[in-house]
Amino acid sequence: MPHLDISELWHYRELLQTLVWRDIVVRYKQTFLGVAWAILVPVFTATVYIIVFGKFANFPAGEVSYPSLVVAGVLPMQYFASSLTGSSLSLAANLQLVTKVYFPRALLPLAAVVVPMIDFLVGLPVLIFLMWLYGTWPGGVELLIAPFAMALALITALGAGFLLSALNVRYRDVRYMIPVFLQVLPLLSGVMYAVEEIPTKWQWILAFNPMTAVIANWRWAMLDASAPNLGQTAIGVAVALVVFFGGLAVFRSSEPRFADTI
Amino acid sequence: MAIAIEADALSKRYRIGELQAAYGTLRESMSHTAKRLTGQEHRRGYEEIWALKDVSFELEEGKALGLIGRNGAGKSTLLKILTRITTPTEGRAEIRGRVGSLLEVGTGFHPELTGRENVFLNGAILGMKRREIQAKMPEIAEFSGVEKFLDTPVKRYSSGMHVRLAFSVAAHFEPEIMLVDEVLSVGDAEFQARCLGRMEDINTTGRTVVFVSHQVQAVAQLCDRVLLMDEGRVIRDGDSAEVVAHYLQSATGTSSSQTWEAEEEPGDDLVKLHSVRAVRADGETADYADVREPVGIEMAYCVLHDGPPILPKIKVVAGGQIAFNAMDVGPRSKEPSRPGEYVATAWIPGNFLNEGLVTVDAALCTIDSPKLHHHVSIHEAVSFHVQDPLEGDSSRGTFTGQWRGVVRPLLDWTTTKV
Repeated sequence: MPHLDISELWHYRELLQTLVWRDIVVRYKQTFLGVAWAILVPVFTATVYIIVFGKFANFPAGEVSYPSLVVAGVLPMQYFASSLTGSSLSLAANLQLVTKVYFPRALLPLAAVVVPMIDFLVGLPVLIFLMWLYGTWPGGVELLIAPFAMALALITALGAGFLLSALNVRYRDVRYMIPVFLQVLPLLSGVMYAVEEIPTKWQWILAFNPMTAVIANWRWAMLDASAPNLGQTAIGVAVALVVFFGGLAVFRSSEPRFADTI
Repeated sequence: MAIAIEADALSKRYRIGELQAAYGTLRESMSHTAKRLTGQEHRRGYEEIWALKDVSFELEEGKALGLIGRNGAGKSTLLKILTRITTPTEGRAEIRGRVGSLLEVGTGFHPELTGRENVFLNGAILGMKRREIQAKMPEIAEFSGVEKFLDTPVKRYSSGMHVRLAFSVAAHFEPEIMLVDEVLSVGDAEFQARCLGRMEDINTTGRTVVFVSHQVQAVAQLCDRVLLMDEGRVIRDGDSAEVVAHYLQSATGTSSSQTWEAEEEPGDDLVKLHSVRAVRADGETADYADVREPVGIEMAYCVLHDGPPILPKIKVVAGGQIAFNAMDVGPRSKEPSRPGEYVATAWIPGNFLNEGLVTVDAALCTIDSPKLHHHVSIHEAVSFHVQDPLEGDSSRGTFTGQWRGVVRPLLDWTTTKV
């Protein structure tokens, strides 16, 4: 079983904080709109989905209003997409650090999945606004599922990030693969439709995508939507854990050679 | 004394192909695999080099170790293994204590961030705690001399300011074990002197230091012990003065003594030179000499028949320039020479030559006024290395920076209050 040296990571926690802080500050300084992008991107994406899929194609929304459903799908998906991209490219982007200083390399993909969490939190009011607009408030204790859903997204992104960042050290193809993958992913995760509205057979197939479980559980927690099938969630969690530990194993085994091959 | 660093048979192999084709694409990799499977190609044709081969040493706590050698000798690879940036192919390194490495100044500096923000970023990357950086911020700012621009983005800095700020952070970094690569070669001479002084401070506070530099003078000054590396191996390990002298001599192809076989002795029908040596006051051959002590250039020769007076002569070259010529013009130089064996020694006083490698041309002459006739003349007959042990009593006192000049005499000063 691959392991992360937790005590070493803890020792370097200040560096992790600093790397996260750097990425946020730099982006804020380099962009004119700064933090506003964290709201603009999901709003724009959701608007397109709502018009195309909600109005033209009449996608099934289930029990909740279609705009709420879409925004509740877009926000975790946006988080996952940024995390996956950031963590996969993190080693190559910090080439100078990798070749000149020692620190646990896992800090780089780790920092890259923390940074988008800030964007996610900044974008959250968009969903809260819709909840107010349509009067769909969380049912109660289900709200406690929300952090679990996001943790699942984080673990999946981090695991895939471990794998892809290690591959990207050798093969820069990764950079081109990720956007293609991320274009298809929302369609397979139920971002613009409610998963329970599609044929059962397909629900079980989509369950192998952890993001399906993330989004369904997140909607359950935030929008008082119907509870997702527990078996399907279990499959998603299992796949996420396999991705995480598999990615970690690849990362750890190639870690000693990063500085030589990058 | 406790051992801070232990290296046991460290070896590091690189594939040259790997170094060149760092950006292997997936397609290349797959086509190679396919070819290998179908038997079209047996193995990837990598050429392998051993950047490091079987390097072992131990370093005691509080000592300063220097690594010198030509480019590609393996110094930086060794340092990268000690800092854990890369792993050895074979062997094992153990380090006891909090390690700080400085392979480059300003690692991770981001152009969009301000000077102050970069100090925090760079400090954290080096392994400093935020509290530590905060406490040292005024000192760091002052040392760098860019206080006024601390809140300006680094992208607007000149390269000099950039380097100064970066080095200041590094200079205030105080780990137990410090691994430093060639960082003194940045900045102007004045700044370099300050950095060198700072390095000495670090060393005198009892920290363990491993120091790589091409500036052997700096290495000799800072370190107690030096490893000379060549082609990935340690070829000499010892007292810094001795190893540095050996390195400089081998670079020029000279040594501190030269003796000729009977039939190869240079000379003519009047004189034959047997040997030339650089010696210390006690008569020992000297590869290196204390800047405060005299050095003798000893020539052994024989005179074959009666003739005009034989005048031993030396030409001393230091730092690529002729420091001086000197010839024996004492009472003996007036007397005609008689056949027999002679040993002549010219004493160069202490507190006269500057630090560095000194090469000496030796000659045996006669004067046929107004002409000087060289019977024997040996270019770069011997060399030795002059070193300042920095005890504060040479002509630069307790100053430790660069002290330029071919010679460095200790003069008599008279100062009166008027």
